[in-house]
Amino acid sequence: MAEFLQFTFSGLTVGAIYALVALGFTLIYNASDVINFAQGEFVMLGGMVTVFAAAAGIPLPLAALLAIAVAVTVGMLLHRLAIEPARGATAVTLIIITIGASILLRGLAATFFDKNFHSLPPLIRSEPWMVGGAALLPQSVVVLIGTAVIVAALWSFLTRTMTGKAMLATASNRLAARLVGINTSAIVGLSFMVSAAIGAIGGILAAPITLTNYDVGTLLALKAFAAAMLGGMGNPLGAVAGGLLLGLLEAFGAGYLSSQYKDAIAFIVILFVLFVRPQGLFGKIGVERV
Amino acid sequence: MRTLLAASAALIALTTSTLAEIKIGSVLSVTGPASFLGDPEKKTLEMYVADINAQGGVNGEKIKLFIYDDGGDANKARTFATRLVEEDKVDAVLGGSITGTSMSMLGVFDEAGIPYISLAGAAGIVIPVRKWVFKTPHTEPMSCGKIFDDLKKRNLLNIAMISGTDGWGKAMREECIKMAPQFGVKVLKDEIYGAADSDMTPQLTNIKNTPGVQAVINCGFGQGPAIVTRNYRQLGIIAPLYQSHGVSSKSYIQLAGAAAEGVRLPAGATIIADQLPDSDPLKKVVTAYKNKFEKATGQPVSTFGGHMHDALFILVEAMKRAKSADKAKVRDEIEKTKGFVGTGGMVNMSPTDHLGLDLDAFRMIEIRNGDWALIR
Repeated sequence: MAEFLQFTFSGLTVGAIYALVALGFTLIYNASDVINFAQGEFVMLGGMVTVFAAAAGIPLPLAALLAIAVAVTVGMLLHRLAIEPARGATAVTLIIITIGASILLRGLAATFFDKNFHSLPPLIRSEPWMVGGAALLPQSVVVLIGTAVIVAALWSFLTRTMTGKAMLATASNRLAARLVGINTSAIVGLSFMVSAAIGAIGGILAAPITLTNYDVGTLLALKAFAAAMLGGMGNPLGAVAGGLLLGLLEAFGAGYLSSQYKDAIAFIVILFVLFVRPQGLFGKIGVERV
Repeated sequence: MRTLLAASAALIALTTSTLAEIKIGSVLSVTGPASFLGDPEKKTLEMYVADINAQGGVNGEKIKLFIYDDGGDANKARTFATRLVEEDKVDAVLGGSITGTSMSMLGVFDEAGIPYISLAGAAGIVIPVRKWVFKTPHTEPMSCGKIFDDLKKRNLLNIAMISGTDGWGKAMREECIKMAPQFGVKVLKDEIYGAADSDMTPQLTNIKNTPGVQAVINCGFGQGPAIVTRNYRQLGIIAPLYQSHGVSSKSYIQLAGAAAEGVRLPAGATIIADQLPDSDPLKKVVTAYKNKFEKATGQPVSTFGGHMHDALFILVEAMKRAKSADKAKVRDEIEKTKGFVGTGGMVNMSPTDHLGLDLDAFRMIEIRNGDWALIR
């Protein structure tokens, strides 16, 4: 029982981070049909900027805010300079642009910061709590609560505010949204900024547990992409569920089966979803009228 | 005017052709997951070559460097190796920061007949002996042997292992499992993690729940061992934890933080330069290297840059003895290296041993108060 709990804690912590990245994928995908493969780099920026700002003597909370601001600016620039000028292009072209942006951001981070791994002090400094014989890190709880708060905030933003509703409208039908007077280009830009902010917060929360370096976004984006596919591309709740589920699958796989195949689980999930349920767990089956 | 120009052009052509250069190639993992190896190696190489050239070069010839960054990718490394041979036409090659890149390149240099000194760990680089291939760092059998020696001394014979899937982690895991019976050590549990994993709690939980485990060995390098160390303490495992020399850089202690206290590892003497007794033959070399590196880069010294230091000076001294950069002569002289004191230890090469280090070069180190402490 203790080991079951331990695997669960471990899986939920990692899963919550996947969930935040997957959420970022979903937002941008909804608004623009683009799968933004630079999403992992927002996570990297969140962690790295905080580390280096804190090292330069800026108090940690301010450093974290600065990191979010930097990520949001990068998200805005990514949209303004790379996505917007190519707006007539197909989704595949846009996706390739985001891959290019991801390589560029990684390279910039490697030269601007450094190539070493870094860590942040946890928000609550204390020994792990023992729950039913399993160790629970206070920072894991912080990550889980942080994820819950972000999901709740995003939910109320999308359903309670005019801008949020405009975003939903753009997601469901861009032409119709434009006809009722929504500036869809601004909305897509906003989705990049919100995604960047979510990614950066994830990066800051995760850095004390997972460590961070200029390269941390690549694998994270890949895993989160699997999570978003699992939950159903375009469904925010599905992204969260998919992230947590993938984290748990990895932890249980490594614990009960063999740790040798841990990384393979994400890819098996992608294949499984594509073969068996391409719309994901919570997605709607896409119907296109010809 | 025109004749003057022509004359000066001819003069320039003449001087450049008479001023021969020694071309040294180097393929290093300056970026990517092994950048903490390749980065200090590149800095060390550039720093010392600038010095050598300022003092008039080797045998009166200046050294020209050709450095490429493979990003830790074995395929890229091989492409660069071919380029060094065919385009740059180098006289000797140092490098290959990691086992994977070194293994993919050594065939190229061995075939082309170019002296090659690798900076990677695995014993497989020089066993079986290849005519043109040498290396400087300690190997995984040495690491396993040193750890098992220490385990025997402390009477901790039932162990568990947790290893990364990187080239080094894999090689060392296999070697330790093979060598364990010779030392009377039993491996009760053998776990694996991905080199880029961010959480090793499940594997360590299994180790924790294996009855009778008295010590744990972690084979790997990079950030993996730092996370293993943190998770290890978080789970409250009390058995002593051993790392390999793959973590012998200060960044490991910084990343693992307080969790690194009490961790033991075998490593070269570079990182404990100031703790060596004055009588130690290595003291002078490692202290000089440490001071020079830290002054030039502002970064704490690691053993990895030291491997480059040793490789460069083994090569330079061989060239001096050969009185030329002639490839075959230099190769023969490298093989005759005797009593060379490098940062890794005393090097005595022979036609059957292209590494030439003994176990003495290796020290058992414990992490105390966030710093390395030599166990005497």
